[in-house]
Amino acid sequence: MVLYLAKRLVMMVPLLLGITLISFTVIHLAPGEPTDLQTDLNPDAGVELKERLRAQYGLDQPLAVQYGQWVKRLVQLDFGTSFSQDRRPVWDKIVERLPITVLINVLSIALILAVSIPIGILSATRRNSTFDRLTTLFVFIGFATPSFWLALLLMDYLGVYLGWFPISGIKSLGHEYLTGPQQIWDVIHHLMLPILVSAFGGLAGFSRYMRSNMLEVVQQDYILTARAKGLSEKIVIGKHALRNALLPLITLLGLSVPGLIGGSVIFESIFAIPGMGKLFYDGVMMRDYPLIMGILVIGAVLTLVGNLLADVGYALADPRIRNQS
Amino acid sequence: MSHRTIFKFTSEPLVLSRRLIIWGLLIMVLLMVGCRQQDVLLEKEGDDTTPVPGDTIITGTIADASNLLPMLSTDSASTEVSSAIYNGLIRYNKDLEFEGDLAESWQVSDDGLEIVFHLRHDVRWHDGAPFTSADVLFTYQLLIDPETPTAYSERYKQVTEALAPDPYTFIVRYKKPLASALISWGMGIHPKHLLEGQEIATSPLARAPIGTGPYRFVEWLQGEKIVLERNEDYFEGAPYIKRIVFRIIPDLTTMFLELQSGGLDKMGLTPLQYARQTKAPGFVRRFNKYRYPAFSYTYLGYNLNKPMFQDRRVRQALSYAINKQELVDGVLLGLGQPANGPYKPGSWPNNAKIKPYPYDPAKAKTLLDEAGWSDHDGDGIRDKDGTPLAFTMITNQGNDQRIKSGEIIQRRFQEIGVDAKLRVIEWASLLKEFINPGNFDVTIMAWTVPIDPDAYNVWHSSKTGPNGLNFIGFKNDRVDELLEQGRSTFDQAERKKIYDEFQEILAEEQPYTFLFVPDSLPVVARRFHGIEEAPSGIMHNFIRWYVPEALQKYQR
Repeated sequence: MVLYLAKRLVMMVPLLLGITLISFTVIHLAPGEPTDLQTDLNPDAGVELKERLRAQYGLDQPLAVQYGQWVKRLVQLDFGTSFSQDRRPVWDKIVERLPITVLINVLSIALILAVSIPIGILSATRRNSTFDRLTTLFVFIGFATPSFWLALLLMDYLGVYLGWFPISGIKSLGHEYLTGPQQIWDVIHHLMLPILVSAFGGLAGFSRYMRSNMLEVVQQDYILTARAKGLSEKIVIGKHALRNALLPLITLLGLSVPGLIGGSVIFESIFAIPGMGKLFYDGVMMRDYPLIMGILVIGAVLTLVGNLLADVGYALADPRIRNQS
Repeated sequence: MSHRTIFKFTSEPLVLSRRLIIWGLLIMVLLMVGCRQQDVLLEKEGDDTTPVPGDTIITGTIADASNLLPMLSTDSASTEVSSAIYNGLIRYNKDLEFEGDLAESWQVSDDGLEIVFHLRHDVRWHDGAPFTSADVLFTYQLLIDPETPTAYSERYKQVTEALAPDPYTFIVRYKKPLASALISWGMGIHPKHLLEGQEIATSPLARAPIGTGPYRFVEWLQGEKIVLERNEDYFEGAPYIKRIVFRIIPDLTTMFLELQSGGLDKMGLTPLQYARQTKAPGFVRRFNKYRYPAFSYTYLGYNLNKPMFQDRRVRQALSYAINKQELVDGVLLGLGQPANGPYKPGSWPNNAKIKPYPYDPAKAKTLLDEAGWSDHDGDGIRDKDGTPLAFTMITNQGNDQRIKSGEIIQRRFQEIGVDAKLRVIEWASLLKEFINPGNFDVTIMAWTVPIDPDAYNVWHSSKTGPNGLNFIGFKNDRVDELLEQGRSTFDQAERKKIYDEFQEILAEEQPYTFLFVPDSLPVVARRFHGIEEAPSGIMHNFIRWYVPEALQKYQR
């Protein structure tokens, strides 16, 4: 197991280098440079300003040299300085946005699991019942509903018309004057709508997945055996079937690890939440290379780690796999 | 609040409200029964008209600021925030005339080569240090320092000498008289005692500025909000409104919902919101809407290096083929006006005698026939020597007004036998691949209009090279002469004559078809009193806005 882990970790290094090399090449292929936005179509900016800025950012070097310098800095865990007009370290910009994005995504995944696992089980055990059909219809409607549309609708009705929820942002205006528990409630209150909306679309995938796993498992011989032994349906499903049906979810959860830091630009714009999605989008629009690369590297590392965790988790949960490796 | 005079593209994406569609589509929600939220704040017209200090104004902005040092930022969010924190030497007043800001008075020498500013004696920085001419000189030196990554250096490089002979006098001398030099001293003055010997690009003042202005900086939460509070010692008297909160809400629809729910006091409306969604009695009771022409115009620019656009008659024909009023009605819902030239209608440089190009397809066809563009091969498209009159109009992604205008124009062109395609391209690519190298037929874009009429950078033939603002390649000897004269003439009546003739030539030549001037559509909560509409807008007397005590909403 330890040897296996070490092997996987060593394999990650060239993979990561490959990913960064491709990302670096692709974003430099996009027309436009970070300096353009400050100097183009601006009569007050001289030609030499553009050249000076390019020199300051190191954009006058050949691409290979730029990439080399970037990797050299990365090895020292330095993500460089943002090319935007605020010139702040990339790491700071990412760190201040990460917590809220991770919080929303973790809560949203938790909500999805809490709702979709029971739905999936019930749909599978009562296959083709009215309940099964209704939930199928419901989750597909959810899957097909554009999240921005649902968000605006809920904001208008629940926020403006009924006044039950705050409309956007994550804190009230006088947040700093509230007591501790009030502050916590304030944030929860602000997060309810966004989490509801972001979970709504994800229900379909997970619940259908759960349903088909369950269907597959209940047709296995050992379930027949369990039933033949006279065990109650509750124990057959809840203990014998569920454990095996949940296994593939480990892979799914592993795959969703990188998603935890990737916000959605549409969603964050609508709810005015300063998260990673908007940061990345603005970075791309401004051609802020260090910021784009920083976020991509973190995403790539998390993807690889997520995969590894899923494999390890799988091995821990399933003795058949463990004994193979 | 000083006006920056920058020729800049307006590229803010315009998002149209999706609410109408939403309600149309969702009938099931109507089945839900809810209890109507009571208006928390019943706005009455306060009969108390004596201004009192207090309350907070919450303003919505679509983007976060980037850098709060005026010379280092070009985005409108940063400019809006930093203009409340800093002062320049002079500024435009509500009628768009010069008035002193940090300068009590100034004199321009007869030859226009020297400006002497006499500074106020009663100004202090927010940290208590006195403001003197040394700060002005320091700001000038920073602006021309090659190490300063500023986009504003060009006009300051025309200065041959800058002197601060005593703490309250500042003198600048120029090689050539430059009329727009005066307003370049509207740039925010930076504090020498805090920035000297520092690398300005990484100065902490970019994120926690210290200025001389009516508001001081309190806090900035990235992507969330920026808070300012009033400067009790402001030299023009402390503002009445205690705090300004800029809330960053990247979506205009969300911003409007926030406004309706009372989470915002002020924002700029879209034409759709203004025209269709602000009529409810509850809204009218709580908000005042304002409307005045914006400082920008949208235009169709023809690449004059392309053979088909070198004939003036073709350009005139295309102008006659476009129904500008239809664009105003369809795209702006009537909240704007047709444009006839590069200056704001009603402002002094604007030549009101210019004959507009009315919608006249018959005349357009005649002109095209005269120019030799007729449909010889019967395919419905006009041609000349085997070349069809076909071209592509390009504009930037994310700007609905320009895209819709393009679609309407496309149809009007088709009606006179001209085949126009429309391509929408992401902003950075549009500039890099198409506009800067002159690699386009026709473009739909917009200019912000500076208050000073100097249009040298956009229309002079020396600016036609790569990366020049005269990217359509307009070259006209008489216009060059006029622009050079206009730049170096200080007398307004003289200048008006010069720029009037310049506009006549543009009207005749039609290198652009000037499409429309949109309206600015600000909305402010009704509890704010003292707002006064003027040619410059509504922000000119912001420090005199107030909320009567009975209506104040925020205590802190």
